[in-house]
Amino acid sequence: MTTISILAIAVTLLIALALAKPVGLYLAAAFDYGPNRLNRIYGPFERLIYKVSGIREENQSWKTYAVSLIASNAVMILLVYLVLRFQGLLPLNPAGIANMEPTLAFNTAISFMANTDLQHYSGESGVSYLSQISVLVFAMFVSPATGLALVMAFIRGLTGRAAGNFFADLIRGLTRVLLPVAFVSALLFVFTGVPQTFEPAAAASTLEGAQQTIARGPVASFLAIKELGNNGGGFLGVNSAHPFENPNGLSNLLQILLMLLVTSALPFAYGKMAGSVKQGRVLFLSMFMLLLVMTTVSLTAESAGNPALNALGIDHSQGSMEGKEVRLGEAQSAFYSVITTAAETGAVNTMHDTLTPIGGLVPLANMMLNTVFGGMGVGFVNALMYAIIAVFLSGLMVGRTPEFLGRKIEGKEMKLIAVTLLIQPFLILVPTAIALATHPETISNPGFHGLTQALYEFTSAAANNGSGFEGLGDANAFWNISTGIVMFLGRYLSMVTLLAVAGSLAAKKRIPESSGTFRTDTAMFGAVFVGVVLIVGALTFFPALVLGPIAEQLTL
Amino acid sequence: MDKKKTMLSGEIASAALRQSFVKLDPRIMLRNPVMFVVEIGFLVTLLLCFVPDAFGGTVPRWFNIVTSIILLLTLLFANFAEALAEGRGKAQADSLKKTKQDVAANKVSSGGAVKVVPASELRKGDFVVVSTGEMIPGDGEVVEGLASVDESAITGESAPVIKEAGGDFSSVTGGTKVVSDKIKVRITADPGESFLDRMISLVEGAKRQKTPNEIALNTVLVSLTLIFLIVVVTLPFLSDFLGIQMEIPILIALLVCLIPTTIGGLLSAIGIAGMDRVTQFNVLAMSGKAVEASGDINTIILDKTGTITFGNRMASEFVAVQGSREDETAYWASVSSLRDETPEGRSVLELMKKNGFLYDEELAEGGEFIEFKAETRMSGIDLADGRKVRKGAVDSVKQWVLSQGGTIPSDLETSSAAIATAGGTPLAVAVDEKIYGLIYLKDTVKPGMRDRFEQMRRMGIKTIMCTGDNPLTAATIAREAGVDDFIAESTPEDKIAVIRREQAEGKLVAMTGDGTNDAPALAQADVGIAMNSGTVAAKEAANMVDLDSDPSKIIEVVAIGKQLLMTRGALTTFSIANDVAKYFAIIPAMFMLAVPQMQTLNIMRLDSPLSAILSALIFNAVIIPMLIPLAMRGVAYKPMSTSRLLGKNLLIYGFGGVLVPFVGIKLIDLVVQVFI
Repeated sequence: MTTISILAIAVTLLIALALAKPVGLYLAAAFDYGPNRLNRIYGPFERLIYKVSGIREENQSWKTYAVSLIASNAVMILLVYLVLRFQGLLPLNPAGIANMEPTLAFNTAISFMANTDLQHYSGESGVSYLSQISVLVFAMFVSPATGLALVMAFIRGLTGRAAGNFFADLIRGLTRVLLPVAFVSALLFVFTGVPQTFEPAAAASTLEGAQQTIARGPVASFLAIKELGNNGGGFLGVNSAHPFENPNGLSNLLQILLMLLVTSALPFAYGKMAGSVKQGRVLFLSMFMLLLVMTTVSLTAESAGNPALNALGIDHSQGSMEGKEVRLGEAQSAFYSVITTAAETGAVNTMHDTLTPIGGLVPLANMMLNTVFGGMGVGFVNALMYAIIAVFLSGLMVGRTPEFLGRKIEGKEMKLIAVTLLIQPFLILVPTAIALATHPETISNPGFHGLTQALYEFTSAAANNGSGFEGLGDANAFWNISTGIVMFLGRYLSMVTLLAVAGSLAAKKRIPESSGTFRTDTAMFGAVFVGVVLIVGALTFFPALVLGPIAEQLTL
Repeated sequence: MDKKKTMLSGEIASAALRQSFVKLDPRIMLRNPVMFVVEIGFLVTLLLCFVPDAFGGTVPRWFNIVTSIILLLTLLFANFAEALAEGRGKAQADSLKKTKQDVAANKVSSGGAVKVVPASELRKGDFVVVSTGEMIPGDGEVVEGLASVDESAITGESAPVIKEAGGDFSSVTGGTKVVSDKIKVRITADPGESFLDRMISLVEGAKRQKTPNEIALNTVLVSLTLIFLIVVVTLPFLSDFLGIQMEIPILIALLVCLIPTTIGGLLSAIGIAGMDRVTQFNVLAMSGKAVEASGDINTIILDKTGTITFGNRMASEFVAVQGSREDETAYWASVSSLRDETPEGRSVLELMKKNGFLYDEELAEGGEFIEFKAETRMSGIDLADGRKVRKGAVDSVKQWVLSQGGTIPSDLETSSAAIATAGGTPLAVAVDEKIYGLIYLKDTVKPGMRDRFEQMRRMGIKTIMCTGDNPLTAATIAREAGVDDFIAESTPEDKIAVIRREQAEGKLVAMTGDGTNDAPALAQADVGIAMNSGTVAAKEAANMVDLDSDPSKIIEVVAIGKQLLMTRGALTTFSIANDVAKYFAIIPAMFMLAVPQMQTLNIMRLDSPLSAILSALIFNAVIIPMLIPLAMRGVAYKPMSTSRLLGKNLLIYGFGGVLVPFVGIKLIDLVVQVFI
């Protein structure tokens, strides 16, 4: 690894660091129902939307909020499903792409609405332009907006406010965050050389005189929301490894920043809403530390190269370059794999299947923890859940009924959290076991690597990441349906339980702070938080990781 | 109480041992899901002892036998911990039951005739007479007479207490003994509902319900158990894909090691022991919830008199007036008090000694002591040489001096007014026609109270003092004692108002009280501690009763409540942190045969796969009895800031929890490998 590549990563992280707080404060203001400057700017336009759609900016009960969220998402999943099923008959299909088969459409509809974008199809040949730009891009806007609405409602609950209105939050997420930022960044992507056109695939003659079809389309606009919304679904099959979807270092940098933009800002939005930015900063720094550790491990593993190849005397001064793009290099590829799984985006600029075993363990670990920033909104809600567990344990250790932001954590909240904690291990381990036992033929590699392929697929689905380990024969009914169900439950179950936690906390009386109160804005709390995340995560998935990447590394 | 502590020895232990086997009953076990999983594991390995190939395994039979023995021991250890905690309560209950033998009662019929009936036939509203040497047959209220009563059976305090009709000292408890005089008592409880009955059922733990915090923690433990169940159940499918065969007993061993058995096994013992610690402290908590709540208290309301101060006025300063010196004032003040046996009088002599002033004791010889009388409001001594020394209320002394033709020093008025406004009581000292000065009497704060309030402030607890005094006096005492706030000229209604105000802010409030007029406030408070000497109404309204009637004990009760939660938190953290080492013992062992490179993960360098698994399992079992003393005693608690406390406990139980099993398992392995 060269000094310059380390420097490039350091600069990227510094920019992300600098953006987090201002963006966080913007988000807090954007979702504040009270009168403020942002409301004056966006208000007239939003009121028009409200008028047309009959939305009133009134607080909903917690139950109604959750029901609105689930029901509207369900309707949209159905909508996306229908368009995909009948895309062959619909306009804007210059390449004449056929209707999508039912299980794949089921998988894809859930996948895009669940902010996962696990793609069991290839963008060039599987979906029409209409599907790409209308329903897929539509889902890629609405699903992160749903995540944002969720996190805002959750934070409102923790800070004792009313839930807000799901539809108003959804609109605000679109008008105030996703649309403006996506618009500007799409232009920036065009500037870096990403195509934006409705022309069908181009035909080119190669130097040898052969004919080549070069896929293209409205990539830039797709790419912008793919990264910003932590969606990750590629316009083109190989995602951001394709030169049209990630032409150079600048586009790579922009993509990484966009992936982190909202999710890394949320802790500060939370701090602002909780009345003390310090509350958010401590969580931000804890997650940032985890990110640094993950990045370091990944870079070390990738730059060391493959021990088996090294033993053959093959030069590995460039690190392990198998499956990586030469124009991006080993460091930027490894770094991208860390960020895309930390922020649960799932975009890839390298084949994760070909990462060294430990280099592949890092993305897996990121997704299993799902709290190293995590996906749009849901990641931070998950982190706050771990924070509540940390508060529960530390509260007991100082001899008080645990309280978080002045609200007591009691039996009801812990019951809901206990159920939520079960979701992730269940959705990852049980389907993996079933897949390995019943469909070993769809797994292209034997042994440890094959195990990792299946484990990765379900981890990616459960964490709503969407990146694939590839090499899996996943375009069949079993994988379509199983990952479809896992994505759906992985997304919506915890949304319901955690909204219930927020509702229950919001109804509690706030206990004034005293010197006997356990503080949640200190470095010590950050340490407990990281400890809880690591121990709960590591304890749950250690055996599976030992049998997958760790055994693979040991036996290389 | 000492007697009860020592009873922890032989008798309780052997009873607990028997109970540990009784509690193996799956129906009882089901109440503790973590240990129930262990029991299922035990039954499966037990089956494998007899039918080793029931699941087609190849593990040697001896391994199954050893595993099932260790699992059985794990269960027994956990049961033993619980039984031991319960046993202490039972022993206490038994000694209480002995005092509850059916005594004869002298029932007074409506006609006035006295009839002897067994106490069990008494009903609420009956009247009985109890005379010297007789046992009071049931809870009641004295309606006639005055008697001294020995309450040692309940309080452990051997000095008899006076009970009399009317007022706040009228309630008597069944099972206590009248040692002098005779009283008529109206029975206030039906048989089976008396204070003694409730106390017995409480310490026996018969009515024990899980507290809210216990329920919350239990949910987390169940969740962790389910997570590990998922991990272990899916593991054979994963390894099967790799062609590695998993053995059922080894999977069971892994599961038992991972689920939080340490805290799961000790959880109920911690709760019972916490209640018991309160009882050992001679405070009777009506529910575990009350004990837990006391750990959360934000505000404590304390009565001034008797709790913060001694309640009687003590001399604190001698103030000279025009025409005299301080030592002269002190001299004559002492002379006037030489024969004075009132607390005020004695305090004058004490202050004298403390300040190092001298006085002539012989002066009093042959003199005539003049007692304090309500009419004169003075006391003193007529000396043998004819001089008359007086001390008393300033106005009275002034009158007395004037009547003898004396003059009043010009600054007497201002000095005495200054003392009064500072919250004290001035006493004037005069000899014949000359006024020598003033004695500054004030209500003194009990020694050590300041430190205690300081401790409470560090714990984040606000203290509010209630007093009937005027605001000035109240402010002085409040400042001296170091309480955060005070209510002067307070009425019982004020107390309720303060409690409601604090509760409206989300705070938990504790208070002590003894009178009937305290009852509503005691009921309103989150933790209300009634004094045993108090009225029945107060005791009914409170959720704790202090048998020693020491109102300042509330502070220790708060500490016990905190300790209870801390012990749970510390052992949970310890239990979960232990899993790290257990993983490093068992996981490499499970796969080492199929993947020899797994040896790299065997960082403890355990001897062989089987010894590694057994060592982890043995550690998992023996850690439970090793922690029983800690569970019973509770983790050490000293008031300090929360962050320091957390830092300390994290270091001991978090990092300690990660490290200890590495060492422990390695040591056990060194022994186990000899036998394999």
